[in-house]
Amino acid sequence: MDVIEQGVGRIFTDPDADKAREFFRHKSRALVSKLTTVKEAVEKLVKDGDYVSIGGFGVNRIPAAVLHEIVRQGKKNLGLAGHTATHDFQILSAGKCFNKVDAAYIIGLEARGLSPNARQYMESGEVEVSEWTNYTLAVRYKAACAGVSFHPIRNMMGTDTFKYSGAKKVKCPFTGTNYALVPALYSDVAVIHVHEADMYGNCRTKGILMSDYDIARSSKKLIVTCERLITNDEIRRDPTSTFIPYWCVDAMIEVPYGSYPGNMYAEYFSDEEHLREWLKVEKDPEEFKAFLDKNIYCVKDHFEYIERNGGIAKMNKLRQKEWLFVGARA
Amino acid sequence: MANYNTMELMICTAARELEDGASVGVGTGAPCAAAMLAQKTKSPNLVILFEAGGAAPLIPEMPISVGDSRTTWKALMASSMAEIMETACRGQLDYTFLGGAQIDMYGNLNSTRIGTDHQKPKVRFPGSGGANDFGSFCWRMMVMTPQDPKRFAEKCSYITTPGWLEGGDSRAKSGLPLGAGPYKIITNMAVMDFEPTSKRMRIIAVNPGYSEKDVQDNCGFELLKASKIVENQGPTEMELSILRDKIDPYRYVIGR
Repeated sequence: MDVIEQGVGRIFTDPDADKAREFFRHKSRALVSKLTTVKEAVEKLVKDGDYVSIGGFGVNRIPAAVLHEIVRQGKKNLGLAGHTATHDFQILSAGKCFNKVDAAYIIGLEARGLSPNARQYMESGEVEVSEWTNYTLAVRYKAACAGVSFHPIRNMMGTDTFKYSGAKKVKCPFTGTNYALVPALYSDVAVIHVHEADMYGNCRTKGILMSDYDIARSSKKLIVTCERLITNDEIRRDPTSTFIPYWCVDAMIEVPYGSYPGNMYAEYFSDEEHLREWLKVEKDPEEFKAFLDKNIYCVKDHFEYIERNGGIAKMNKLRQKEWLFVGARA
Repeated sequence: MANYNTMELMICTAARELEDGASVGVGTGAPCAAAMLAQKTKSPNLVILFEAGGAAPLIPEMPISVGDSRTTWKALMASSMAEIMETACRGQLDYTFLGGAQIDMYGNLNSTRIGTDHQKPKVRFPGSGGANDFGSFCWRMMVMTPQDPKRFAEKCSYITTPGWLEGGDSRAKSGLPLGAGPYKIITNMAVMDFEPTSKRMRIIAVNPGYSEKDVQDNCGFELLKASKIVENQGPTEMELSILRDKIDPYRYVIGR
């Protein structure tokens, strides 16, 4: 297949499927406990310069506890998949943790507006960016999962999104139609928050999957936080519900309300008040610094963060809001 | 002037385009309000899909994210990004609504940046998200946007999502799926479609209180005109009451 045209965007990760297979060949399949702490998981598994993928959808079922810890530990020069990234992107921008981004959706928080700080960071020239789309990043993970180095797609062609991506245009050998090929995306480390898991890393979730099925399988290292630990017997009682098997998982941490201030399906709604405050304080550098000290840098862990923002009473209210109970609307 | 605002007018106009039994991929805000209004008026069997995975929910109140729990409230399926996008790839998604900082005469959209240095843009926007995907694969792409000469630009600084590209058959030649593309542009002043051969934007209806001249004066490129331009119907009392009382009681969208 001859390349007809190609984008100028840099490909930040190696799409070579044989190199990835060699890595996965040596990844442990031992059924051992992966239980650890958020602090230790980030210390051991997230290295400066790593390429990071984040599960969930921006502010829904996000691994907030781990994202805060990445900022707290001052991780730098990360590569980042800006795939449906909203509040997760805002958190990592606050710490200037990354300097390379595959951008599908970045800097915005959907209907809530744009993050002034994340926007300024992306306009500063400090971050190298390649362009993609939500679907094309999703299939880049799919290719990696399937152990192949690219995936064909029929969009992006004819646009600047193609021009600033790392995609290549070819002719289909069967039909002669033009296709764009996008390279497999193997992350160094992915972080995902789920509803339930056992200590070995077998995971269940509820509601939409976003791209987590593929992110979990295509990443070399995987940190999972869960709302609740359950027994391995419970996993074996209902194997249909398992969506990530333990052999993909390197670290498992039970973090109730681990997606806060994000939404967790059938558990608790997002804390819109806190998210509004975050967007507001970003407009003033002094206020923003004090806000980050209060909520990240001078905080021990996720529980202390929650304590500082209303504690269990707030969580109770967000649980009621999730179920649309009368009077629970903000 | 009648007793409705610009946003309400655009939402009601958009909702009338969604026929019963069709499928639509929507984002948060006005597109979601239009789909909900269509479902509660003439199109009870409208299939609403959200890119994060929510499929055919009975939306209880306006979602704030295309992935929040409201997008799967009493849904038929809670799926994935790939599942929803592939529904569009296969050709099973009829409509979508998109927007952007700029739109040109062929319906190309910019939601990525203003300026020329891609690595250090003058203004950075979120980027494609699912827009390039939906805009490439949904059969009929629509835009709901207020109209001014800066937004309706002679040339986009950056094309995030394809419209009819350079017009004529350029979109088909690029390799994008055949037969899909921009369909209608709904603004506070008018409704536009695209002339079938040149694929240039064309006025087909003008909203109450506006003239063809207003529409052209608020556009950065020359608009074509349909042989018969009609006056667009304002919202009915029933549409307005459903929109205000049932869909957006807190005026998140219609209060903008």
